[in-house]
Amino acid sequence: MTIQGKWVAACVTDALKPEEALRLDHGGRTFVIVRSPEGDYFAIDGHCSHEKVHLADGIVDGGIIECPKHFGTFDYRTGESRALPACVDLRSYEIKLDGDTVFIKI
Amino acid sequence: MSNENEKAIVIVGAGEAGTAAAIAVREAGWPGPIVLIGNETLLPYERPPLSKAILIDETNPEPKLIVTAERLAELGIEFLHGSEVVSIDRAVNMVTFSDRARLGYHRLLLATGARPRTLSIPIAEGSKVATLRTYEDAMAIRQTIGQGCELVVIGGGFIGLEVAASAASKGASVTVIEAGPRLLTRSVPAPIAELIRAKHERSGVRIETGVVVARIDVSEGRSNVVLASDRTHPADLVVVGVGAVPNVELAHAAGLAIENGILLDETLATSDPFIFAAGDCCSFPHRLYDKRIRLEAWRNAQRQGAAAAASMLGDNRPYEEVPWFWSDQYEETLQIVGLCEEGQIPIQRDLGAKGQLFYYLTDDGRVVSACGFGSLGAIAKEIRVAEMMISRRFVPDVKALADPAFNLKSLLA
Repeated sequence: MTIQGKWVAACVTDALKPEEALRLDHGGRTFVIVRSPEGDYFAIDGHCSHEKVHLADGIVDGGIIECPKHFGTFDYRTGESRALPACVDLRSYEIKLDGDTVFIKI
Repeated sequence: MSNENEKAIVIVGAGEAGTAAAIAVREAGWPGPIVLIGNETLLPYERPPLSKAILIDETNPEPKLIVTAERLAELGIEFLHGSEVVSIDRAVNMVTFSDRARLGYHRLLLATGARPRTLSIPIAEGSKVATLRTYEDAMAIRQTIGQGCELVVIGGGFIGLEVAASAASKGASVTVIEAGPRLLTRSVPAPIAELIRAKHERSGVRIETGVVVARIDVSEGRSNVVLASDRTHPADLVVVGVGAVPNVELAHAAGLAIENGILLDETLATSDPFIFAAGDCCSFPHRLYDKRIRLEAWRNAQRQGAAAAASMLGDNRPYEEVPWFWSDQYEETLQIVGLCEEGQIPIQRDLGAKGQLFYYLTDDGRVVSACGFGSLGAIAKEIRVAEMMISRRFVPDVKALADPAFNLKSLLA
């Protein structure tokens, strides 16, 4: 799901290696940016939907980002929850690249 | 209750293991009835917050539900709360409730959990002694541990230390008394236990190790914890956290094999092929450690419940999850993966102010456990990578393990 918003610079493309995650805080909200093995960038809400734990501290593997505390998992491309205790999907955000900068629409 | 003719998957115990099993049975496609039986009146709820958020949160804390009533209905899981199963008739595959109602089962899962171990010392009538297992227990402790409260915690294990941390942060004066030579002897290596002790002491908690409690007296309305040395600690509340005892009575009375919990094979079947078990109540052989183990851990309960569900439906693979455990102490987190035991070779990964990690290797260099204490962000990923190493029986380069700048996940690619 994508919502109307404004483009915000998140990071430079080199800031993330494949299947690495980065935290972005903006306007009192928090997000996680993930780079896929194919080199695409994705963004979803930063906090796990189970408890307020930041996903950027979790491991990224095989298209999945995992909460570092209780192992709820999410598809980082769509924000869909994949494993308990997380059972509520996260919102995903549109990404665009401009030069070597990654922008997120929030 | 379910139709007599259509046999159900019946689950006794509605904690993490039982609830995870009920959901997994349905998600695996079982078309028949599922009956989840809990002896508490609440919907299935998470126990980890009981020693933390439930004790600390400002406003009236509600239990954190594992699953909502709506979700249970949607999954077609019949939830019987406040119900006690008193016997199993294995000859006809039926359970009997305390009100004598009977229910047939296709497969039965025992997820009966554990209960707090009690002290075998004289405790005077009227003394304020509590244990912590249920939401009700937590709410009772919560009422006492405010500013000015004198709290004595007996037992320097996880429950005791989490209650101590929560009470200290609410302004209580806290003393922890541990009979062993140090804190967390059962599962945490000494250097990490030492860091946790220091953290508590900096927060004003008094810790006394190698101290034996003789009895608990009452005088002038206050409890007195009397030590073997005759010293006394006055207390408004004594919380006892000296381990847990598996609830095996139902299984034992039914003639199932018991050995440090309900004895299971590696597919989580009991000595009766129609009855399975999961969670704190059972012991099972673990291939990675070449022995029978029993775990009292949130993640194990959940995953073992789901694995038992698969086994009950005939997909009975060995259960090989790596043990994993966490505890919050103040703003820091402890995570342990694998079993930390004597004789393992420690490799330190020093994360500086952010935390400390130790990996433990066998003589032939295989990672078998890891333990970290510090900020969640610093240790969680490293412990997760250690878990991958343990399950793959990986032999890492020791220099890489010890180098905090080295990305260990890259070794596993």
